[in-house]
Amino acid sequence: MSNECKVDGGRRRLIVATAAVGGVGAIAALVPFVSSMLPSERARAAGAPVEVDIGSLEPGQMITVEWRGRPVWIINRTTHMLETLPKLDGEMADPKSEKNMQPDYCRNETRSIKPEIMVVVGICTHLGCSPSAKFRRGTEEGMDSAWLGGFLCPCHGSTFDFAGRVFKSKPAPDNLEVPRHMYLSDKRILIGEDKKGA
Amino acid sequence: MASNTNFEKYKSDGSLQGNLIEWFDARFPATSMWRGHLSEYYAPKNFNFWYFFGSLAMLVLVIQIVTGIFLVMHYKPDASLNENGIPVAFASVEYIMRDVNWGWLIRYMHSTGASAFFIVVYLHMFRGLLYGSYRQPRELIWVFGTLIFLCLMAEAFMGYLLPWGQMSFWGAQVIVNLFSAIPLIGEPLSIWIRGDFVVGDATLNRFFSFHVIAVPLVLLGLIAAHILALHEVGSNNPDGVEIKKRKDVHGNPLDGIPFHPYYTVKDIVGVVVFLMVFSIIVFFAPEGGGYFLEYNNFLPADPLKTPPHIAPVWYFTPYYSLLRAMVWPLFGIDAKFWGVVLMGAGVVILAFLPWLDRSPVKSIRYRGPIFKTLLTLFVISFVLLGFLGTQPPSYAFFGVIPGAPVAQILTAYYFLFFLTMPWWSKIDKYEPEPDRVTM
Repeated sequence: MSNECKVDGGRRRLIVATAAVGGVGAIAALVPFVSSMLPSERARAAGAPVEVDIGSLEPGQMITVEWRGRPVWIINRTTHMLETLPKLDGEMADPKSEKNMQPDYCRNETRSIKPEIMVVVGICTHLGCSPSAKFRRGTEEGMDSAWLGGFLCPCHGSTFDFAGRVFKSKPAPDNLEVPRHMYLSDKRILIGEDKKGA
Repeated sequence: MASNTNFEKYKSDGSLQGNLIEWFDARFPATSMWRGHLSEYYAPKNFNFWYFFGSLAMLVLVIQIVTGIFLVMHYKPDASLNENGIPVAFASVEYIMRDVNWGWLIRYMHSTGASAFFIVVYLHMFRGLLYGSYRQPRELIWVFGTLIFLCLMAEAFMGYLLPWGQMSFWGAQVIVNLFSAIPLIGEPLSIWIRGDFVVGDATLNRFFSFHVIAVPLVLLGLIAAHILALHEVGSNNPDGVEIKKRKDVHGNPLDGIPFHPYYTVKDIVGVVVFLMVFSIIVFFAPEGGGYFLEYNNFLPADPLKTPPHIAPVWYFTPYYSLLRAMVWPLFGIDAKFWGVVLMGAGVVILAFLPWLDRSPVKSIRYRGPIFKTLLTLFVISFVLLGFLGTQPPSYAFFGVIPGAPVAQILTAYYFLFFLTMPWWSKIDKYEPEPDRVTM
């Protein structure tokens, strides 16, 4: 046998072609595995709207309901709470709710359909913790003396006002999300669906 | 002519009449592996205390694998609620703790083992910093080591979700959401990781699969690569002297001794001391004062309520502090994205150490005052970052010095230590290394 190793161009091309076809096959074989990790059909279907009765929600109270596995807060805001909102405009990252964190019908000063009833997803826009209610003014609940009431995220210290607007220079980039919702009657809210659909 | 087959190389003709070892060696490199990695692997004779932690890491790995196998026999990765309204996964851990024979011991060994793993690995990495073990020709050992560290973090993080307690749930919620900070692909990526729009049963099941199969397999492969690379170039030592430069007539390093029996025996001493400390923790303080097992994790996961103070387990807290330190948006991208970048960079930057260090000598014994000062400050800032990571963002030292800006300064130092290393490691004073190792 000779020691010379002359490259056989034809064979080399065949090897390249075979490897390329094999490579495409290997990548194609990844598709079912990668795709299997996406939400299943069952998980996709489990997003039904939730109906809530707010008849017994007194001014100043808040209830939490579960919608799509996440907490949704319904807060009956007092006039006292609502008065704090315009005062805080200067300290807010997005005071006019310009970013798309609410349906258009909630892009207003109170971020709600009815001024007093706030419906908001209680998940911090930073990394998904659920903020704690700190409704009392001042230092009573461990906040600073200028605190007018709102929410504090325990994980990374983001603060929000009574309309779920985030304060400036906090880790959370956006205001809390207002979900689509509508009033079925004066005292009944449907969360997750509005007149335009789900 | 040289022998062409193993049958010619060994006396045995391949029949069982030859001795058993030869029969094996003709078919499997048993003796040559034993010699190459143990009885004729020459390690420097001046190993000290710091050289215990590599073999201890292997011991903890074995503890984790063995206890893990037995935990899987009783654990159920199921987030649905049982008839008492408790998540099945959480209840199965309680069942292991209360009803399975010796289940409490096996679980406490596993949970203590996780913390022990990080203690041992952090000390093992610190040894590398002390003696320049990452320097040429050991760059790849160090890079493999960084990958092992990353794998270990993934393994610990996913394992922490399994008990399905409050900390498990909200910790996973936070870390998976980190990925959503990546522009454009972030949101779909985090949904893909969770397998649902929220952390739920799908997430629990896949984390279980990764924790018991995928990551351990990768980890074992990386550890094999780490050790093979080490045995290819030979171990460093506290003097940073290359022992292969000076060899005896047989071609063995003058300053080397066979790993077995010399270092196997030394390491057994380390193992005994380690197991004493380990047992004391397992039997008398398995919760580690709330640092090894966080108190909030004794409450079942509640997706509607975050505990008032959440913090990762202690071994993640230095990196968690890096994440929290970034509160300013840059280039039009959210601050949280940069926090994630900072946290990732904090680990990845370690891999570049072999090329950042420009000192003419390896070991701290011969390096100058700049290195000694900066390394001391680095250790202090790493520990302080770790401490601050366990505290709420509003923490203040002695109630007066706010923790958040301190963490930001320490974060800056963490990165500056590495990024300015090419400069200061070059201008620092040094003494020439000795010709031979010192004892």
